[in-house]
Amino acid sequence: MSIVVKNISKSFLTKHKETHTLERVNMEIKTGEFICILGPSGCGKSTLLNIIAGLENATDGNIFLNDQEVTGPGPNRAMMFQESALFPWLRVLDNVEFGMKMTGVAKEIRREKALKYLKMVHLTKFQNSFIHELSGGMKQRVALARALTLDSEVLLMDEPFAALDSQTKNILQNELQRIWLETKKTIIFVTHNVDEAVLLADRVVVMTANPGRIKAEFKIQLSRPRQVGDLDLAYTAAKIMKEVKIEVEKVAKDEYDSDWAIQKDRVLPDVNNNLGIGL
Amino acid sequence: MFPSPFTVMKTLFDLIKDNTLGVAILASMKRIIIGYSLSVMIGVTIGLTMVRFKYLDENLSPLLLGLQTLPSISWLPFAILWYGLNESSIIFVITMGSTFAISLAIKSGIKNVNPLYIRAAKTMGASGFNVYRNVAIPASLPSVISGMKQGWSFAWRALMAGEMLSATKGLGQVLMVGRDLADMSQVIAVMVVIILIGLVVDKFIFGRLESNVRQRWGLDRA
Repeated sequence: MSIVVKNISKSFLTKHKETHTLERVNMEIKTGEFICILGPSGCGKSTLLNIIAGLENATDGNIFLNDQEVTGPGPNRAMMFQESALFPWLRVLDNVEFGMKMTGVAKEIRREKALKYLKMVHLTKFQNSFIHELSGGMKQRVALARALTLDSEVLLMDEPFAALDSQTKNILQNELQRIWLETKKTIIFVTHNVDEAVLLADRVVVMTANPGRIKAEFKIQLSRPRQVGDLDLAYTAAKIMKEVKIEVEKVAKDEYDSDWAIQKDRVLPDVNNNLGIGL
Repeated sequence: MFPSPFTVMKTLFDLIKDNTLGVAILASMKRIIIGYSLSVMIGVTIGLTMVRFKYLDENLSPLLLGLQTLPSISWLPFAILWYGLNESSIIFVITMGSTFAISLAIKSGIKNVNPLYIRAAKTMGASGFNVYRNVAIPASLPSVISGMKQGWSFAWRALMAGEMLSATKGLGQVLMVGRDLADMSQVIAVMVVIILIGLVVDKFIFGRLESNVRQRWGLDRA
C-alpha cells in the first residue's frame, strides 16, 4: 500500500457558516497505480491533493506514505500544477535541475539526468531557452521533466493540462500514459474532465461537493495505450458522467437563480416552427 | 546673469584642465561608493529581517516609511554633531538617505513573489533558507533592482546636499565655490557634470541590470 488517506477532514469558518471542504475522506492507493480524482469545481479535490503534498494542513485525519505519516512537503511526492510554476530567472535546463539541486545531487549527475528527462519529454532542443520563450504545452512538458527528475515514487498532478488547448492536451495525455508505463510511478491526478480521467486512470474517484466526500469509485479496466476517441472510453465516460452531472448541478444550483436546471428538455424546439399552419 | 553655453563649455574645460573636476569627481565617487554600499548592506539586512519576522514588519514599517520621507539633508546637523565636520558625516547622510528605500523595496519585492513558486520549490525539497536563496530572492529581483535604483538616486542627492554644506572637496563643494565667486558658468558646468554622472550610472549600471532582468522574464516583448 503506497498512500493511505485516513479520515481527512478540512473545514474553515467563513463569515456566516462553517464550510466543510473535505469530510472524512478515506482512500488507499496502491504502488504504481494511476488514480484520477474527479469532481466539479469547488469540491475540494485540489485541497485533498495539497494535503497529500503537505502544502496544506488537514483539520483532522492523517496521510501515510509507505506507513510513514506525511507532515510537510517533500521531494518524495513530486507535484505538478495547473500553471507550470517554472522559474523565469532560470533557463530550461536549470529549471529541470532545480529539484535535484535542492536535494543535493552532484552537478554532473544532475546535468545528465536533466538531459535524460528533457529527452523523455522531447525538449532537448530548448534546454537553453528562457521560460517565456516556450508555449503552454512546452512549459508543462518542462514541468513534467522537472517533477520526474526527483525520482519520487509518487507524482501528484493538479489539473496539469486544464489550461492547454485540446490538441496539445491530447498529445500530452498520451505521453503521460507512456511515461507512466516507463517509470512505474504512483500518480494521483486531479481533474474535472471525465474523458481525461477515463483515458488516463486505473481507478476514478468521484467526489461530491459541499461537504467534499467520496461518492463513487470506478475501476477502468480497459487496455492500454488508450486513445482519445475509443468507443469503450466514451461508454465508460458516459457512465461516470451521470454521477458527476448530479454533483455539477448541485454546485451550480448554489450559484445560479433558482429557476435554473441543468437540462430543461431533451428536445430543443425551434421557436419559429409553425408545423405547417397556413399551407 | 545667465552664461552662454560656450562660456559654460569653456569653464568646464578649464575645470578639467586644472584637474579641479577630476579631484572633485574622485572624492565624490569614493564617498558615494562607500555610502551606497553601506546602505545596500544595511537595507538588505533590514528588509530580509522584516520579511522573516512579522512582528518587526508590523512595528517597523510605518517608522521606515516616515524615515524615508524625511529629506536626507535633515540628518546633516545630527551627523555633524555626532561625527564632526569630516567624511563620516557625509557618508552617514548618504546612508540614511537611501537605506530605507532599499529595505522597503526588498520587503515588498519578496512579499509579492508569486506563492506558486514557493509552493513548487517546497514540493521539490527546498526549505527554510534555501527557499529564500533560490526562489524568493531571485523572484523578487525586478522590484529589488528598481528599489536599488531609487536608493541610488536618493544617495546621489544626499551626497550633493552634504558636500555643498560641509565638504572641503567634491562636486558639491566645487559648485559652492562657483556660488561664492559669483561664477555662474562654473555653477552650471558642475550641474551639468552632476547630471551626466547620474545619467551614466543610471544607464550603464541600473539600465543594464534592468534590461537583463526584463529580457529573462520576457517583459520586453510588448
